[in-house]
Amino acid sequence: MAFNIIVLAKQVPDTRNVGKDAMKADGTVNRAALPAIFNPEDLNAMEQALDIKDRFPGSKITVLTMGPGRAAEILREGLFRGTDDGVLLTDRAFAGADTLATSYALSMAVRKIGKFDIIVSGRQAIDGDTAQVGPQVAEKLGIPQITYAENIEKIENGKITVKRRLANGVEVVECPLPVVITVNGSARACRPRNAKLLLKYKHAKTITERQAENIDYIDIYSSRPYLNLTEWSVDDVEADKEQCGLSGSPTKVKKIENVVFQAKESRQLTDDDVDIEELMKELIDSHTIG
Amino acid sequence: MEIEEGIVADVSLELLTKGHSLAGQLDCKLEAIAAASVADLEKIEEQVFPYGVDVLHLFKDDRLSPYTTLPHTSILAGLFRKEQPQICLMGATIIGRDLGPRVSSLLGSGLTADCTSLEIGDHEDRKAGKTYKNLLYQIRPAFGGNIVAWIINPDCRPQMATVREGVMKKEIFDPYYKGETVEHNVADFVKEDDFVVSIIDRHIEKSKVNIKNSPIIVSGGYGVGSKENFQLLYQLADVLGAEVGASRAAVDAGFVEHERQVGQTGITVHPKVYIACGISGQIQHIAGMQDSSIIISINNDPSAPINSIADYVITGEIERVIPKMIKYYKKNSK
Repeated sequence: MAFNIIVLAKQVPDTRNVGKDAMKADGTVNRAALPAIFNPEDLNAMEQALDIKDRFPGSKITVLTMGPGRAAEILREGLFRGTDDGVLLTDRAFAGADTLATSYALSMAVRKIGKFDIIVSGRQAIDGDTAQVGPQVAEKLGIPQITYAENIEKIENGKITVKRRLANGVEVVECPLPVVITVNGSARACRPRNAKLLLKYKHAKTITERQAENIDYIDIYSSRPYLNLTEWSVDDVEADKEQCGLSGSPTKVKKIENVVFQAKESRQLTDDDVDIEELMKELIDSHTIG
Repeated sequence: MEIEEGIVADVSLELLTKGHSLAGQLDCKLEAIAAASVADLEKIEEQVFPYGVDVLHLFKDDRLSPYTTLPHTSILAGLFRKEQPQICLMGATIIGRDLGPRVSSLLGSGLTADCTSLEIGDHEDRKAGKTYKNLLYQIRPAFGGNIVAWIINPDCRPQMATVREGVMKKEIFDPYYKGETVEHNVADFVKEDDFVVSIIDRHIEKSKVNIKNSPIIVSGGYGVGSKENFQLLYQLADVLGAEVGASRAAVDAGFVEHERQVGQTGITVHPKVYIACGISGQIQHIAGMQDSSIIISINNDPSAPINSIADYVITGEIERVIPKMIKYYKKNSK
């Protein structure tokens, strides 16, 4: 038995390490100041895919990502760890997409990829935290979804068994293929890059990247076709432009606010004994604690 | 409504309270939907009507408990097509975050996750020359909590939003309020194919962590530095009879388990005392604790943003401060 697996992955700004220069003076986000990373839970998802490939040799993993040209990095990170193929979905028409327009575009790309048994992705991306794209892609494809997955336990007779991590417990569910599975951060961490694969795929590039490259490199792409990363536009996946990007997004941003806290007049204390003791005495005397 | 073993979840009651006030502003009805087993719905009416529910839609079928995605999607989408509600609110729980996007995709309506505030207001689209009356402003921190976004959904209905537990206040409207109950025929909404996913095993434990209702919370951030240093917080919490909370950065760093996370994507709390240890104070954290009566910030960075909303700011290392607090408290409390 072998399976066709698609990993949905996203390149995200590293919102967990936001420095002081991450916000511009006007309160908008300074994306340039944020490093772009592989969305953490998408790595957990990719590990589940790689694990299936280990268990069922001959399985094929395609990483699909939507984003600007530099998001091709995500596809290389996949190849370095053992995925087989990568598709970058990139087009100005996708800009400004909310989760629904994103899901539509991804589902059209999945249809173009064609054969698949399992789609895995992270539970949510750290730049939006919505957890919506997985279920919405599943709905657009008309197949079931399993969210908050922690481990793919087994695949047998066309059915997959998955352990889910709930708020106060676990649930094991069984579902026929094909299915969309979103993977929780509590799942196994992704394996590191493989040194051999790193060497093999170091120069894997999309057509746009190749065009920007030094001419000397060009002929290696005809002799080593596996270095060609697929790049698709809105027309390539035959998507309806009206349903993509800003125009395909039912939700609109009315305004963005820089948050101003209601500042209080704080009492400033040092870590000297006398300050701490005075504070504790005050809290105990006022029955705030104790 | 989210129901576990016959009990309606707090988050659902909080949303009924919010929904009741929004319905008042819009001069429309507040309707609630419950889809579960016969046993789970036995005591539903007495639990929800006091919150001012005008119409309660019931879907009784033993296959609807525990929750699975597809039948509940069919029920909501089918009912929404029939009833055309303006707004749909759901708890941002594991169920709500599984169901909400699926329904929104099926109906092509927008959904905003983890809102911290919901308001009614107008919107003028200057480009299109259109004015929208009485839209739902879905307000939420975005971008890792560095900004606050006001999201609207001008053209598609229902306007869908999810809200975390504890964000809205739960308040009984009238203990004797009685709305109308409408029992629907499940088979009119749900296909047999919707039951393809089967639950073969399920272990639910009562959560051991009760941060939400704890009067004192000792909370730690990335500045605590390590899992080992978090032990200091547990010791202080232990002597004060408090619970330990954490910021997202501390959870992401693996210092502490996710169920202790305070903030927009965790738990919203309003304790008597909130002791923030090594927490810088990203918006998404502050959104979840700013209503604490007294905030004490212990931080070695005097310019940590959280200090601006703190009543007491202790500038120093937690390794020095916390043991002193414990020592003084042990000596001087009864």
